[in-house]
Amino acid sequence: MKRETKMKLYALTIHEAHDLLKSRQISSTELTRAVLDHIEKIDDKIGAYLSVFEENAMIQAREADHMIARNEIQPLTGIPLSIKDLICTKGLPTTCASKILENFIPPYDATVMSKLKNAGAVTLGKVNMDEFAMGSSTENSGMHITRNPWDITRIPGGSSGGSAASVAADMCIGSLGSDTGGSIRQPASHCSVVGMKPTYGRVSRYGLVAFASSLDQIGPLTKDVTDCALLMNVISGYDPHDSTSVPKDVPDFRRSLEKGLKGLKIGLPKEYYMTEGLDPDVSATIDNAANTMKDLGAEFVEVSLPHTKYAVAVYYVIAPCEASSNLARYDGVRYGFRDKDPKDLMQMYRSTKSKGFGPEVQRRIIIGTYALSAGYYDAYYGKASQVRTLMIEDFKNAFQKCDVLLSPVTPSPAFKIGEKTDDPLNMYLSDIFTLSANLAGVPGISIPCGFSKNNLPIGLQLMGSHFNEEMLIKVAYNFEQATMFHKKKPSL
Amino acid sequence: MEFEPVIGLEVHAQLKTQSKIFCSCSTAFGAPPNTHVCPVCLGMPGVLPVLNKKVVEYALRMAVATGCQVAEISRFARKNYFYPDLPKGYQISQYELPIAAFGEVEIEVNGTAIKIGITRIHMEEDAGKLNHDPHRPMSHVDLNRTGVPLIEIVSEPDIRSPEEAGAYLKKLRSILRYLEICDGNMEEGSFRCDANISLRPKGDEKFGTRTELKNLNSFKHVEKAIHYEIRRQQAILEEGGQVIQETRLWNPDSQKTYSMRDKEEAHDYRYFPDPDLLPLVIDKAWIDQVRNDLPELPDEKTDRFIHQYSLPEQDAERLTSSKELADYFEACVTIFSEPKAVCNWITGILLGLLNAQGKTIEESPVTAENLAGLLKLVSEDVLSAKIAKAVFDEMAETGKSARQIVDEKGLVQVTDSSAIEAVVQKVIDASPDEVVAYKGGKRKLIGFFVGQVMKETSGKANPGIVNKILQDKLGG
Repeated sequence: MKRETKMKLYALTIHEAHDLLKSRQISSTELTRAVLDHIEKIDDKIGAYLSVFEENAMIQAREADHMIARNEIQPLTGIPLSIKDLICTKGLPTTCASKILENFIPPYDATVMSKLKNAGAVTLGKVNMDEFAMGSSTENSGMHITRNPWDITRIPGGSSGGSAASVAADMCIGSLGSDTGGSIRQPASHCSVVGMKPTYGRVSRYGLVAFASSLDQIGPLTKDVTDCALLMNVISGYDPHDSTSVPKDVPDFRRSLEKGLKGLKIGLPKEYYMTEGLDPDVSATIDNAANTMKDLGAEFVEVSLPHTKYAVAVYYVIAPCEASSNLARYDGVRYGFRDKDPKDLMQMYRSTKSKGFGPEVQRRIIIGTYALSAGYYDAYYGKASQVRTLMIEDFKNAFQKCDVLLSPVTPSPAFKIGEKTDDPLNMYLSDIFTLSANLAGVPGISIPCGFSKNNLPIGLQLMGSHFNEEMLIKVAYNFEQATMFHKKKPSL
Repeated sequence: MEFEPVIGLEVHAQLKTQSKIFCSCSTAFGAPPNTHVCPVCLGMPGVLPVLNKKVVEYALRMAVATGCQVAEISRFARKNYFYPDLPKGYQISQYELPIAAFGEVEIEVNGTAIKIGITRIHMEEDAGKLNHDPHRPMSHVDLNRTGVPLIEIVSEPDIRSPEEAGAYLKKLRSILRYLEICDGNMEEGSFRCDANISLRPKGDEKFGTRTELKNLNSFKHVEKAIHYEIRRQQAILEEGGQVIQETRLWNPDSQKTYSMRDKEEAHDYRYFPDPDLLPLVIDKAWIDQVRNDLPELPDEKTDRFIHQYSLPEQDAERLTSSKELADYFEACVTIFSEPKAVCNWITGILLGLLNAQGKTIEESPVTAENLAGLLKLVSEDVLSAKIAKAVFDEMAETGKSARQIVDEKGLVQVTDSSAIEAVVQKVIDASPDEVVAYKGGKRKLIGFFVGQVMKETSGKANPGIVNKILQDKLGG
């Protein structure tokens, strides 16, 4: 491209970069170099990355340039992405931000990574998160904290905090995160980026290191809704390696990027608006967003999700139960950290786990182990599973009356680093708006919808019926194009 | 007081599918450590299990063969415990909803038929193996066996003696082998058994306190261990003591059971449905297909052998004790249709040979075709019964057919009277003293003359004709 029009390549969206790559105005090598330089320049301040694969990324960029030269360009070809560090990358470290996997290098690629590779995408590196995705602030990382690019005294959200921060600070063109109880949508909201949790079963979990298997789902964090559609196109689809992925045709999500919301019925779950502790700035911003939707032609109906009040309790039984079992394999026998010179097997297990896992992970393993114990199973896991079934019914009933549900993502904007670390229960309660989508398996998206008085991003959540991500993308796209909040960038 | 033992058995049968239950690794036995492994069976972070359909089909075969009800919906569950041979820290098994339940098998002990109920059959994955270094304080983990498919077959507490336990186990193994889903090798561990044993005063309904016996890795040990355990419990009860509910290990060297007294038995497995696997739905069509494709089972085959081949029950049971032996018999009978003669040769001679050589019927050096060929030559008087055994031995050694050996060695039986007469005359001429003695009343000497004739003819003369001519000449 011409020198005089040289722009900040790292600030491009996927579709903007694609257009420039396709018209040969830039190369993936230039683009990738620009992003790597930007990471080098500002990540000291943010701490989004756990590892940067500079050499590997440049090799992939050159390969992408060859693909482009052969006219084999696809929408993600040559696009540098950051990947949450619990998605397995063959031959490259995958730590889950845990000491216990500090030196772990997977011998295989997650299905989403194979798909990204086939599409010619470039992997910049692995980004920070709460250890094993357990947390809402990325403060539980076993490596270091990540700061919110909008205010570096604040958390970026979590657990996909590294993904959200790297997108917001232009340290990647797009990112993949994972969402077990809001871990994509909540950091997206705190960092003013677009984050989608797809329907459970839409995206293969093969190679996603499990936290809570029945809730986990990989999804994109991007600079706009169009990019979200592009990433969804590539990562979605049935995978024979994942029995819980659903053999269902994947639509071309780009087709949902069309204007017009006439006749759209938006449901407002009344229980979500009766929540105590909803920040007035958040409340006002969501009201504004609703008005914008109305201006775009949408109608509003009040709906009820009567079992919402149990979501936190149900989630904090099911997720730790599954986690306690999923994390049993980190025993120091085959891979990862093993404490030195244990005197016997039992001590090897004990000290490996005590030293390898951080406090929040240990807390959840203990909760889950307790709840699954003989005599407690029915009262906890059994009961929670029953309530979960009722919550799925709640959503089915609600979607008889409306096309999408609109709600806040979090009760308040990003809090200060350290503000809630001593109060795990308060931290858990801040997930109230996002947990239900995971428990019910429905898709949800968080999109930028404004800022608080002190200039902190606020997100808007839309939830859809099972496998109706198209509707979410369409509504989100219309809102985005009408408001352009996504164009506002943090000053670093 | 007279006590009655109450015994229930839990049998683990390794299914002989080509690949493991949740990944595509080979199940072959005996490979170098950790060569039949992949990220899935190694329990690497992020992997997921995918159910091998063949395992379900094999489990269904056993379920249908034992008259079980097959569950329309069954589930896999995680059994959580820590051990270095268990890479995920949990074993994928079935718990609340097994694939099948409420079946039975019939056994016969001392001529009495007894029905043993099957409580349930469920599928699960095998664990790996630990090899303890004898020289250093170190254990090596071999995960080749991890993920090899198993079915666990749990019996009702319907068994009342060690002999019944043995008969039940043999019947289960025979069915599994007939179904071609398990090779039933206790020594290699492809067929394992734990026993639950309690005693109660005879006539009581209520069960006594039970112990669980482990490490019963041969049929002989199962019966011996149960015998021992019954005597042990009886001694306690007769002294007014109480049996402790515990797991006990059988030590085949000391021929005793020992309490494990180990933390291992205080397990709380924290079972819960495995979220990585969908509920298993089995439609009726699949069950029907398995039922239709079911091979003839041991009891059916025994009945058929009794009726079709007019064999005594004992012979029929012996021949059907394994599918391969029954197949061998039937292959012989197709060529040489005298079932009783075939049966006698197989049970009397062939099995003795195989036993001595430590071979199975599939490894028999004498093929069914060759054995039938030999019997055919005997029945056609080409070969004398006496020579037949020698020919058989040579067949076993060389793998040649009877006809080949007979032709090579010129062993064809001589039935030509004039040829035999000449030899008889020669023998009489050469033994004047014996002739006098014979004529003087020493009739037993007939055996001597027959022997001499046989010697002269290298055993090829037809003994009936020899006898007749001798008596004519000597004036019997």
